[in-house]
Amino acid sequence: MDLLHGLVLVFVAIGGTAVVLTRDPLAQSIVVSFYGILLGILFFVFQAPDVALSQIVVGAVALPMMILLALAKAKAEEE
Amino acid sequence: MSLRGRRNLFALGVLGFSVLFLWGLNGLPAFGHYEGVYGITLNRVAVTQRHATNLVAAVTFDYRGFDTLGEEFILFAAVVGVAILLRAQRDEAATPDEEDEETKDESRDAPHTSDAVRVLGLALIGPTVLFGLYIVAHGHLTPGGGFQGGVVLATAALLVYLTGEYVALRRVSPESVTELAESVGAGGYAAIGFIGLLTGQAFLTNVLPLGMTGQLNSSGTILLINLAVGVGVAGGFSLILAEFLEQTLLVREREHG
Repeated sequence: MDLLHGLVLVFVAIGGTAVVLTRDPLAQSIVVSFYGILLGILFFVFQAPDVALSQIVVGAVALPMMILLALAKAKAEEE
Repeated sequence: MSLRGRRNLFALGVLGFSVLFLWGLNGLPAFGHYEGVYGITLNRVAVTQRHATNLVAAVTFDYRGFDTLGEEFILFAAVVGVAILLRAQRDEAATPDEEDEETKDESRDAPHTSDAVRVLGLALIGPTVLFGLYIVAHGHLTPGGGFQGGVVLATAALLVYLTGEYVALRRVSPESVTELAESVGAGGYAAIGFIGLLTGQAFLTNVLPLGMTGQLNSSGTILLINLAVGVGVAGGFSLILAEFLEQTLLVREREHG
């Protein structure tokens, strides 16, 4: 394990904490998307490019999108 | 529960988790010292046996192809579930009269897309489709495959929505097409499995010609299954996207229309 691996792990830890500490769901969906990219980089650095690709498309695109759409729907029904 | 009680419960949980976690870490092999027999064996034999250079694809779509068939159907069930749930709600709502697009746009309070987003989105649609097709078709050679490429293809549909509004999305991915793609993809995977049975071997046996290692047309059923999964996943994700968007827009329309 070298500097790169350590750095990526630290960044993922910071990212995960940031997701938890963000209280507003709308902002959280954006933060979780960045966290998804960080996780993707982690998988790539640890030599799992297949998983990295899945993580980027699902964690950084599909998941935040679903959260955003669900929020939009919930908000529209609340009004 | 009081704040104090919750903190105590949290501390208890952290303590228990840390003990188990450290215990587990202690038993792990050293970093970079993989000892799994299965992986080492496959690394030796898979390329010559299956003519696929991406061993992950060889494992997921061939050696453990039946496993992945289950995953494909999990996704299929999830998409069908979302579609059924959202459609039930749509039918409950009184269908508003069809207005022409201009008044519809004004009645929504959706913020108008800026020119910058439109231009960037339009420029990205083509490359995204191409990249998605590349990832699907090269699953047996390089990292990627049907699942990843399918989602990339579906993000192209999302880009169409971002740049051209919902009407354009319906035009490029009508429900009949996305539904068909989703079913053909999932059914196609199972159908490819039957090729093995027809030749008198087990379900999902890789019986097709394997071709030259490293070429696009190689690895037999792995390539075919990747294509089927790519079509299915792209259709499924586009369908979920369209259903969700329709719901959001429907609610907006009912309120302002």
